This record gives sequence, C-alpha cells and structure tokens, in this order.
Amino acid sequence: MNSVQDNPGLPPTAAAVGSSPAKLAVPVTIIRPSRGWASLDLRALWEYRELLYFLIWRDVKVRYKQTVLGAAWAIIQPFFTMVVFSLFFGRLGGIPSDGIPYPIFSYAALVPWTFFANGLTQSSNSLVGSANLITKVYFPRLVVPLSSVLAGVVDFGLSFLVLLAMMAFYGLMPTWAVVWLPFLLLLALVTALGVGLWLSALNVQYRDVRYVVPFLTQFWLFATPIAYPSTLLPQPWRTFYALNPMVGVVEGFRWALLGTGTTSLPLVVMSSLAALVLLVSGAFYFRRMERTFADVV
Amino acid sequence: MSDVAIRVEGLGKVYRIGAQRVAYGSLRESLTQAIQVPLRNATSLLRGQSRENSEAGQTIWALKDVSFEIKQGEAIGVIGRNGAGKSTLLKILSRITQPTEGYAEIRGRIGSLLEVGTGFHPELTGRENIYLSGAILGMRKSEIQRRFDEIVAFAEIDKFIDTPVKHYSSGMYVRLAFAVAAHLEPEVLMVDEVLAVGDLQFQKKCLGKMQSVSQTGRTVLFVSHNMSAITRLCSTAISLDGGRLLESGPACDVVSHYLASTMGTPGAAIWTDPGSSPGTNEFRLAAVRLVDGAGMAVNVTNIEQPLDLQIDYLVLKPGLRFRCTASFNTGGTCAFSTLEPTEILRQGSGRYRSTVRIPGNLLAEGEYTVGISIFASRAKKMHYCKVDDVVVFQVYDPVSGSSARGDYAEGLSGVTRPLLSWHTEYLR
Repeated sequence: MNSVQDNPGLPPTAAAVGSSPAKLAVPVTIIRPSRGWASLDLRALWEYRELLYFLIWRDVKVRYKQTVLGAAWAIIQPFFTMVVFSLFFGRLGGIPSDGIPYPIFSYAALVPWTFFANGLTQSSNSLVGSANLITKVYFPRLVVPLSSVLAGVVDFGLSFLVLLAMMAFYGLMPTWAVVWLPFLLLLALVTALGVGLWLSALNVQYRDVRYVVPFLTQFWLFATPIAYPSTLLPQPWRTFYALNPMVGVVEGFRWALLGTGTTSLPLVVMSSLAALVLLVSGAFYFRRMERTFADVV
Repeated sequence: MSDVAIRVEGLGKVYRIGAQRVAYGSLRESLTQAIQVPLRNATSLLRGQSRENSEAGQTIWALKDVSFEIKQGEAIGVIGRNGAGKSTLLKILSRITQPTEGYAEIRGRIGSLLEVGTGFHPELTGRENIYLSGAILGMRKSEIQRRFDEIVAFAEIDKFIDTPVKHYSSGMYVRLAFAVAAHLEPEVLMVDEVLAVGDLQFQKKCLGKMQSVSQTGRTVLFVSHNMSAITRLCSTAISLDGGRLLESGPACDVVSHYLASTMGTPGAAIWTDPGSSPGTNEFRLAAVRLVDGAGMAVNVTNIEQPLDLQIDYLVLKPGLRFRCTASFNTGGTCAFSTLEPTEILRQGSGRYRSTVRIPGNLLAEGEYTVGISIFASRAKKMHYCKVDDVVVFQVYDPVSGSSARGDYAEGLSGVTRPLLSWHTEYLR
C-alpha cells in the first residue's frame, strides 16, 4: 500500500510537549487509492514495534487465563502426542528412529512442530479475530499475524525445557551443532508466518479458511518426518521432500540436538529457500489485500 | 500552505452492497452454480482481486467528490444524517480504509478515536489495558508511563487499577477507555461520536477535555450528532449529505442550516383544512409558528436572539372568552410555561393571532418542543384545544462572548440561561 506513507521524523516526546509542532519536522501523511502490488513498507512496521511487543505480551498473558492447568498446556500438547506416537508408531508400528530412543526422536520433532502448527493456526485466524481493531484504528496490519506467531515462542521455550530434561534422562549430549537451533527456530517461524500471512489474508474474504486450517495442519503433520525419519525416503526424493520447510526444521532439530542425519545440510538449504518463498509471497499478497481488510472483514 | 493541517481533494469511496442473488431454477442448475461460483471466485482470487470487485453487485458511493481544507489548530465539526458518509470520511482520513478516488494530505501525527475502548482485553487488568490500548492508539510506552497517573486520576478508578476490566462496571470501563484516549496527544485528532457514552457528568468532563485539546493548537476533526457540542467546540463545520459535501463554513451557520433541513417545516405547523384541525365547533387552530425579529419562520436560533411564538386560530362563534398558553419543553422537563394573563374576549368571529415574545438569553442551548393549550376556566369551563410538541426548535450558542456563557465553552447545566450580571469587589 504505497499510498499511505508515514514519514516519521518527529520524536514522540516532542509531540507530547505540544509547544509548537509547526517548527519541528512534521510528518506528512498522503492518502490516495493504490492499485496493484504494494511495497512491504517495513519502516512502518518498525515504527510500530512497540505495538507488536504489546500484542505479543497480550497474547502470552491472556492465553492461559482462566485455565486450571495454565502454562502446562504448552507442554501437555506435544508431550502426550509423543506418548501416543511412541506407543503406536514406535512400539506397535516398529517405525525406525535413526538409532535413538523413539520417544525423544519424536519429541524433538514435536517441539518445533507444535510451535509451527499453533503459530499457523493462530495467525490464520488473527485478522478475523482482530476485526474490532482493524475497523477502528490504523496500524500496519502485518503486526497482527506476526504477533500471533511470535507469541508462540514462549510456549516453545517451555516445551523445549522438557526436551532438555528428556535428553538428560536418556543421557544424550547435544553437539556443537546446537548453535544452529536459533536459526532452525527462525526457519519454523518464517514458515508459519509465510503460510499464516496467506491464510489470514484469505480468511478475511473467505471464511472457508477456518475449515481448511485444521485439515491442513493434520495433513502437514504426516507430510513431515515427525513420526518417522526422512531416511525412509531414497535420496533424490529426500531433497525435494525438503520443499516442505518443516522437513528441514524437524530434521535440523534432530541433527542439532541428537546428532542424527548427516545429510541434513542440503535439506535445510532447500527448506530455507522454500520458507523464504512462502514468506515473501505471503507478505506481498497480504499487503495487496490489506487495503480491503477494513471493508470486508 | 504550510498552515493547512488537512487537505482533502475529491475524495470518494465506493462500497459494494452485495451482488444480486441468482435464483436457482433446478437442481442441475444449482449444482453447476455450486461448482462455477467457487471456480470463478478462485480465479479472481488468484488474480488478487477481492471477491467484491469481481461480482457485478450494486455499488454505492459512500463518499463522493469531497474537498475541504482544515487549518492547523482549527476544530472542525462534521455533521450529517446517518449514512451521509461521516464515518467513511473519518475512516479514510485515519487510514483505516482506502479511498476509491481522490487525495488527502495530513500534516502531523494522527490520532483517531472511532470507538471507546479500542483494543481493551477483558481478561487484562486496568493497568495492563492502559498500556495495551495506549499502544494500539499509537502512544509510545514512555509516553504512557509518563502520563499513567494522570490517566488513572482522570478515569477515577485508582482502587480498581489491578482488577481485570471484565469485573468493571460499564461506567468504569468507559471512563478508563476514554481516559487513555484523552491523553493521546497527536497534532491531528479525529473523534467519532465517542462522547455519547458514560453518565452526564463524565460526558461533560470529556467535552471539557476536547475543548482543552483544541485550545492547545491541535487540529480536531469531530463527528457528532450533538449540535450544541459542535457549535461549542468547533469554529467551522462541514455538513455531508448522501456522501457529498453539502456545505462548509462557520459552525453555527452550517449547524443551523442542517437543523433547518432535518426538521422539515421550519418552525411552523399549519393547518389548511379547518375541518380537521385541532379544536371544537366554535374554535379551530390554524397555525403555530416561531418567527425571528424579521418575521421569518425559524427553527434554529441563536441563544441571544428573541423569538416570537405566533398562534393563529379561527373563532367560529363570536364572543368566546379564553386564554392561550404555551409550554417549552426539553429532554422531558418543562423549561417554563407562559399564558395570557387574563381570559380575553374574542368579540367577532374570524381569524386571530396571539403572539408571545420569548426574549433572547432565556433558554439554554438544546432542542425544545412547544406545546400549546387553549382553554377557558372562569365563567365557563371549556378546553378548546391542546397540542403537544407542535413545533420543535433548536437553540445554539456560538460562544461569541456576549451570551451568558461569556468565554466559557464547556459543559453548563440548566434549561434556562439568563444573562445575569456579576459583580466582584475587593473587601480588604
């Protein structure tokens, strides 16, 4: 939305004093209709970083209010999925797990997966859920899905602590590759945000998205090597398999923490590229649709 | 040019008001439709068009060809009927939605207040909501911190500041929400009708706050149905009708023209058919009019302007003796009643006119309805006619300095506003 340019340059404190605003560099806002693709306007997003912070803070604070178990839900979800997977796929199904105990094999994948799936679901519904804000006040709309994905980092942190405890229990020491973890988390975040941007913008127009999301996450769960290792696939296909960015994330997590899958690097590169394409295309589509949000939502 | 805060040129906005539904003839037809429609939607989706654009629905120009300028530090009122485009204008200027055509330029940091309590979360405490709502309205964290105590004091909720707002009474909620918004300090403030909330006392406080905002040199764009608030707070006003700019100019002129157009017949009720007008076989009401000094029927009047209430009637039987009375009512209370001091004999049959002069500086600002009653109670008891709310008129005060308000433009109670003289002496 090129049309709406905010020219910052006025320090906030100067505005609050309100002595003679004319003497300062006054921001000028131009409003006119825009057509076609719009720039991302990341500067406006930066201007509103405090709002982003407060929205994340709100989501984190409110998420487990009036629940009995509170933040324990952040752990229960991946942990019990791991228990079920271990029973049915590990024990009964006899699915290989790259030579590590199946519970930790699946849990190491479920931690980033839960972060991704929740981020995807939350951000897809974020715009519609914030309809009262969108129709009443201006701010860069990208803040909304972005904050709902970022708020999941706290839950990720909690379930990650359990992962560390499990590693200690199984006597597994992380390798030096653990330094890649922040990058892998970022990759999961970028993927969730990329899909979230597409779906949240579509959801404003087409509430079908609400029904697509649970189906999509379920499908995606099985298209990602969580219950099984990607080594089940023969090589040329495995790299293409990584077009699903969560393949790179999940295999990367196992590689960084548990030292599995030595061929992870091309996988991660492929996944990163796919995630980047998702994010950039999602961001541009979002910006293009943004101008009608307030009218349609 | 540099002292123009808001410049609007040819602004317009189209809304689609839904496509016409196709009537499905048969199951087969409806099935093909069921397949075609999502397909068509999907293709338009890929082209990046909104669904609304692709369907040939009916369109409505919520705003069309609106141009005006607002100088820095000016308070401008936006008035118009429901659906006149006021809110659309405000939404465009506060960047919530895009115009379909035209151009607008705004100099200075913009703050908009389209709703009280934007972004409040019921589960969060008052303290937390002050920060959240402040951030959503565009305040910096440091700014909120600095003004936190002021906000809490203004809202009068200091005891409950750490209670979740879902436990607040609706009054407390509104007070807190407005307090946050009132401490927003943009150079250009846009406000929509938010003053229509809270109890009377708090509304006055809000109007006072608005007044002080416009006095500090900020530009205020104020949408309201409260005409007396507009004439008090705003120097200029624009009036919209059907999305078009009807008039712009001094607030009192625009408001009085607007009121004159909404009230229909200007300050007069006239019965042309004596057979059906209020009255009896001996007496028929013909007209009730409010006229200004020049004899023109009015229904909007400056508070300092005297008014004449004229009651025209036909006496069909000579020698009737009765008196005319009138009562002036506002907001469910009677401001005053007035009557002919004695029952006067109407000797001949024919048309009469009884006139009573309402001096200037008597009624406070607001909307009044006039009821008349004509009766005899002395020699003979007889009710000739009684009509409530026969004419409606509006009193406004442009705060020119010579009315009872002097230079005080904030809330002032009472239904009468006599111009009294004050005297202060130094005693020791």
